[in-house]
Amino acid sequence: MSEKTILLDHGSGGLASQELISNLILKHLDSPILHNLEDSAIIDNQPGRLAFTTDSYVVDPIFFPGGDIGKLAVHGTINDLAMRGARPLCLSLGLILEEGFGLDDLERIIISIAEACSASGVPVVAGDTKVVPRGKGDKVFINTSGIGIVPDGIDISSKNAREGDVIILSGTMGDHGITIMTRRAGISMQGKLESDTMPLHGLVRQLLDGLPGAIHTLRDPTRGGVATSLNEIAANSGLAICMEEESLPVRPEVRAACEILGLEPLYLANEGKCLAVVSPDMAQQALAIMRSCPEGREAAIIGRMTAGKPGRVVINTPVGGSRVVTPLHGEPLPRIC
Amino acid sequence: MKYLDEFREKGLAMPLVAELKRSVTRPLRVMEICGSHTMAIFRNGLRSILPEGFTLISGPGCPVCVTSASHMDAFISMAERPKVRVAIFGDLFRVPGSNGSLANASSRGAKVDIVYSPMDALELAVRNPEDLVVFLGVGFETTTPGIAATILAAKNRNIKNFTVFSTQKVMPPPLIALLGDPELKIDGLLCPGHVSSIIGAGAYQPLADTYHLACVVAGFETTDLLNGLILLARQVGQGVAKVENTYQRVVNWEGNLRAARMVDEIFEPTDMEWRGLGTIPGSGLAIRQKYADFDAQARLDIVLPHTTEAKGCRCGEILKGKSIPTQCPLFNTRCTPQNPIGPCMVSSEGTCAAYYKYGID
Repeated sequence: MSEKTILLDHGSGGLASQELISNLILKHLDSPILHNLEDSAIIDNQPGRLAFTTDSYVVDPIFFPGGDIGKLAVHGTINDLAMRGARPLCLSLGLILEEGFGLDDLERIIISIAEACSASGVPVVAGDTKVVPRGKGDKVFINTSGIGIVPDGIDISSKNAREGDVIILSGTMGDHGITIMTRRAGISMQGKLESDTMPLHGLVRQLLDGLPGAIHTLRDPTRGGVATSLNEIAANSGLAICMEEESLPVRPEVRAACEILGLEPLYLANEGKCLAVVSPDMAQQALAIMRSCPEGREAAIIGRMTAGKPGRVVINTPVGGSRVVTPLHGEPLPRIC
Repeated sequence: MKYLDEFREKGLAMPLVAELKRSVTRPLRVMEICGSHTMAIFRNGLRSILPEGFTLISGPGCPVCVTSASHMDAFISMAERPKVRVAIFGDLFRVPGSNGSLANASSRGAKVDIVYSPMDALELAVRNPEDLVVFLGVGFETTTPGIAATILAAKNRNIKNFTVFSTQKVMPPPLIALLGDPELKIDGLLCPGHVSSIIGAGAYQPLADTYHLACVVAGFETTDLLNGLILLARQVGQGVAKVENTYQRVVNWEGNLRAARMVDEIFEPTDMEWRGLGTIPGSGLAIRQKYADFDAQARLDIVLPHTTEAKGCRCGEILKGKSIPTQCPLFNTRCTPQNPIGPCMVSSEGTCAAYYKYGID
């Protein structure tokens, strides 16, 4: 392709659009369903119930340590499906490009999407590309929708958490959120800060297959962090949650960055972690299964569902005190001193 | 992790909890001045395990909270001027003035940038030569040296579109104003950690002498806080009033003299309006005439509007330690972190935010 940046013509629907799709997008993302560029994808009937979700990605910066907006768009939607116990089947990909966006950056993102799809076994089967004038967008926005199949007998919902259930977090908190925040702020830290973006459907499948009926709730604590997800689980189940601060897994470099910026890891976004609410008698097995998966090597039991004021999340501090953990209000903002 | 784990270790903290219980031999009321202390005390759950008779009162040490409504209104109307770009620390973004916040102004098209250091604001000026960048100086002694250094850097680099709107405040004067109030009965002060790294622990000696107050400088980690509370309880129990420093890894007696010299080069004392406390003589810092080119108030001819505080809001009483947030009729009814009315709710260091976030029932 001769042009180095996105032009308004690329969104015209004419020849330039076709060229962009064939030469840049299909080059990396081709699949039998996508190949013919029909108006919609036809997917064979599958046994089980359908799960359907959508999410839009506007992250800035678009490239960050550990991933990029493309990977995030694939993993995020796969994870939303997995959190209901669905096996992800396929994705759609909507691209909104700003006039002037570099084609090399776009190609990098498409390659990253292709890699993420191929590694997770979930193809893109439908897509769309639009271009907005310079200044009306910010480089690239991505929307992905996903369809998954929920096998018979699987019922995962935040309403299903029961008193006494054990809460397991699949790994360390805040890696994605702090990576993005420090990048935006231009703060460089000692140690490696890296987004945790990864698909979790493999780990979820191991859990559901290995411990039928024992997993009651799954949640991926993305924006708002673990604190906000736990508040949602508590509110939806009509129970309280009690956590132990000492058991919360946080990487030392993430904690250090949080201390400097005045942020709490509990409120930072994760893109490759899940919270599992599990029958108490199966908690150790669930933990072992998670830890046996590469995605869950640092999984830890962080608390349990309790009777008590419905919707209330309380954390016990190491000195024997306790405090309430509320959901996130607004964007986390760094403090003055 | 160095400087974190050591000071949070349970094995060290638990004996201190027991010692704190033993140290309280008579009822005492202690003011924690600093907003970061308020948050750290809540975060550690220390309020829930304070021995009976030990009352902690939150003081006026959250810089955002004590920023007057007039200043907020001046910030917001300045941000809406053409060719002005305002740089702020994140806390200030959602603080309400009498008609909306900087967040609202930003949504209407005002240029408001959140920065992490005044030096970032200087770079913002370099990147946006067509705008006059105004860094909103809202803070105590902890942030003043950084701002002074940035003004010096701007001068050295001959950057002409960088200015500061100073509402910088200094710590001892408001304490003296508070301590003159006969209604405020306190036995001791938990003195701020980072402010003291600049002004030195010695700055509290006159307060200990004049008001017979136990003064203890403490850090922000679990064992720092417990140590500080123990020393305060012991002093009060023994009827002693002296200055003790448990934060020696950061704070010395004299303070940071180099920082003080730099601040003195750029700033001079001025009377400053505090939310809830009124105007306190000599409690603020203005940019000296010599550096007027970097003074946004001078460059933009800013006259402070006369603004009254939100009706029913008790932030003033709360900042003076006379009320606790749950006594305010607006707390958790009309005033919440999603829709803050008073500044004590919006700042992450604010007493109301702390009560809401960690304490409410």
